[in-house]
Amino acid sequence: MSSIAQKKGFGATLWDYLTTVDHKKIAVMYLIAGGLFFVIGGIEAMLIRIQLAKPDNDFVSAGLFNEIITMHGTTMIFLAAMPILFGFMNAVMPLQIGARDVAFPFLNSLGFWLFLFGGIFLNLSWFMGGAPDAGWTSYASLSLASPGHGIDFYAIGLQIAGAGTYIGGINFLVTIINMRAPGMTYMRMPLMTWTTFVASALILFAFPPLTIGLFFLILDRMFGGNFFDHTMGGNTIIWEHLFWIFGHPEVYILILPAFGIFSEIFAIFARKRLFGYSSMVFATVLIGFLGFMVWAHHMFTVGLGPTANAIFAVATMAIAVPTGMKIFNWLLTIWGGSIKVTVPMLYALAFIPSFVAGGVTGVMQGAAPLDYQLHDSYFIVAHFHYVIVGGVVLAILAALHLYWPLMFNQMLSEKLGKWTFWFFFIGFHMTFFIQHFLGLMGMPRRVFTFGADQGWDLFNLISSVGAFFMAAGVIILVVNIIITAVKNVPVGNDPWEDGRTLEWAIPQPVPFYNFKQTPLVRGLDTFWIEKQEGNKEGMTYAEPLSDIHMPNNSFIPFMMTVGLFIAGFGALYNGEKEWAVPVLVLGLAITVASMAVRSVKDDHGFHIHKEDLMNEKGGK
Amino acid sequence: MDLNKKYTPQTWPDHPEQVTMEGKNKFLGFWLFLGGETVLFASLFATYLALKNKGPSGMEFSTQTLFELPLVFIMTMILLTSSLTSVYAMYHMKNHNFKGMQLWLGITVVLGLAFLALEIYEFNHYVHLGFNYSQSAFSSAFFTLVGTHGIHVVVGLVWIILLIVRNAKRGFSLYNAPKYYTASLYWHFIDVVWVFIFTVVYLMGVVG
Ligand code: HEM
Ligand SMILES: [Cu+2]
Repeated sequence: MSSIAQKKGFGATLWDYLTTVDHKKIAVMYLIAGGLFFVIGGIEAMLIRIQLAKPDNDFVSAGLFNEIITMHGTTMIFLAAMPILFGFMNAVMPLQIGARDVAFPFLNSLGFWLFLFGGIFLNLSWFMGGAPDAGWTSYASLSLASPGHGIDFYAIGLQIAGAGTYIGGINFLVTIINMRAPGMTYMRMPLMTWTTFVASALILFAFPPLTIGLFFLILDRMFGGNFFDHTMGGNTIIWEHLFWIFGHPEVYILILPAFGIFSEIFAIFARKRLFGYSSMVFATVLIGFLGFMVWAHHMFTVGLGPTANAIFAVATMAIAVPTGMKIFNWLLTIWGGSIKVTVPMLYALAFIPSFVAGGVTGVMQGAAPLDYQLHDSYFIVAHFHYVIVGGVVLAILAALHLYWPLMFNQMLSEKLGKWTFWFFFIGFHMTFFIQHFLGLMGMPRRVFTFGADQGWDLFNLISSVGAFFMAAGVIILVVNIIITAVKNVPVGNDPWEDGRTLEWAIPQPVPFYNFKQTPLVRGLDTFWIEKQEGNKEGMTYAEPLSDIHMPNNSFIPFMMTVGLFIAGFGALYNGEKEWAVPVLVLGLAITVASMAVRSVKDDHGFHIHKEDLMNEKGGK
Repeated sequence: MDLNKKYTPQTWPDHPEQVTMEGKNKFLGFWLFLGGETVLFASLFATYLALKNKGPSGMEFSTQTLFELPLVFIMTMILLTSSLTSVYAMYHMKNHNFKGMQLWLGITVVLGLAFLALEIYEFNHYVHLGFNYSQSAFSSAFFTLVGTHGIHVVVGLVWIILLIVRNAKRGFSLYNAPKYYTASLYWHFIDVVWVFIFTVVYLMGVVG
């Protein structure tokens, strides 16, 4: 099968990806699409820093600046960081628990297409009258007043992409609960799987409030609703609550998988069992839980009153406790290990001080009285970039190197990887460390320029230079990827030599049906256990070789998404163009019809026969 | 496992919806989905409570002047009964009585349609009074909350009708049992949400 796949022409390959339900291919698509959005968001970031490099700059206009920062934030959070993490989860988690695939391969594909088309929809705003300009938080008092269609693109685009994320979350939850291989008890699940699990639970409960908030925005702007219009009895604070009830869990949706990735890396390259495994699991769950109790720390200055502020301040600081537990566990994992400083390990080592810095400023902001000073200043910008870049982006870069051989059967160059690392790491601290002080000196966030007499010139210039260092790092990474892809040297099994969990036990390149026989899990770090006992194959099996049941490919997810995409334009131009309502109806009809086809047409999947599986082995 | 295998009442498993891996996944996934739906409605309820009776200054509409309990009470009874009839349908599925199940699902659909008709009548009535979607924050919140529930009813009806028609000639299989089961779960969920709407919107609106 795998050899047949290589002989396919371009058309057939394209069709294969448009219809695939294989978690490994979907992972690659998430990675590519997320990577492209990451580059777009990165270019927007560079434009911001160029504009702010010197006082009274007119590189971009004030209006365009607002559009750029809004699209930068929205793109990075929804279209780059989350999808790339989804890519790694898809690639790794099913293998880690010894599953054939995810629980709902069809929905997996649907989730991807929804994300991609939602992202494209949002970005089309650039070419269709202007991008959204009310910030990634899109506070209603700003967004209702924003002329043009920018905000409409934001609301509808995120609605489509968000539906994809929500579906993905449910899919991962069911996969982890139902499809673990025999012996893989909850307390033997690798941390990457645990954090995927908790992050998915957060998605399940955090995305519906966002969905509702976006609906209100859509209804207010396009269909005559009055939720946020105070002259009609509405209340703009409702948006802020709904947004942050989603928004704070969202930051944990991003950081928990990052924690999972680093937990894997520390254990692999310290060549030691993860220290305090059960307390790691406990801390992950606790963070997930507390993550829902703190949203109002984004609204301290709204005027909810001292009681509310006090409660949310205490809850916010409480999160630092489980987070601190994790930090100490990682340190103790490295302690006394026989450390290999590979590129992923470099990122992991750099992550600890960077993220701690972000956590400390977080606790500072959590002190409500102090936050009155810090709020809406560059201090906030510094804080969340320390946690998001110093945490999530470092994890993404680390995972890219770590899992590249698993996903593509090639190894990225360690040498170029180290260049990327140093450029990125130095650039990151240079850009954002100094922003703490800009904030304390009074520079507000989201301003398009500043005066020469305000004393912020030098620090802003340093910050902008740092951004170029980061860009250089990313460019080297792209070069690294291209060189590696062209060389295309296969790496074989257990490429890091110290893999501990099931995903490293599987033969390379990974067969499309994953494990030929379901593995038996005999403890935490099963692959490591098998290797220690001298098992050449690296796996014990739970069942004899038998037929494998596989799901069929399907074009329906793509069609459903296209329908919603078309409907989005109908909604957007409602009341403005006479074709709007027909287009809305047409789009929804395509989606509903595709769903009906799915529900009426039986899809039993197919079987790979035992004999073919044995031949595959012989042929290899 | 052959999904099209024919069963007799004797060989038919106790929980036909959870025998296959697909069935188990669907069962759990659907429960989780309903968990998310609960948060969705919770957000709508919270917004409704915040915007209840709020409008442009001097607005003459309020929950007291607008709602009439008798009609809503009938709607509630109809929907509660439809939940019961869908329980009967699932009972017949357990006992491998296909005709019985289809019949009770059919009755469920009829009741659901009746509910929907009354809801449309009710909305239409309000709009004629001048209480339309854009009239106030209150009207937007009310129509969005109750209307979202109404859309769920429509989806549930379409889903159940599709199942009834599609499987009419085929009888039970382990392939369609989970589909029937999740559809009935959905219908119960819709019913539970309505109980909250009846209490929070109508009862507390008129009495409280
Ligand atoms: C110890 C943990 C943390 C604490 C105590 C904390 C606390 C806070 C507080 C109080 C604010 C609001 C500041 C203001 O606007 O006045 C804030 C903003 C923010 N935090 Fe954190 N945080 C923590 C971890 C994280 C993590 C892990 C992430 C992301 C991965 C994150 C991302 C953000 C973002 C994006 C904002 C800014 C939102 C905006 O207004 O645009 N935080 N944080
Ligand atoms: Cu927060």
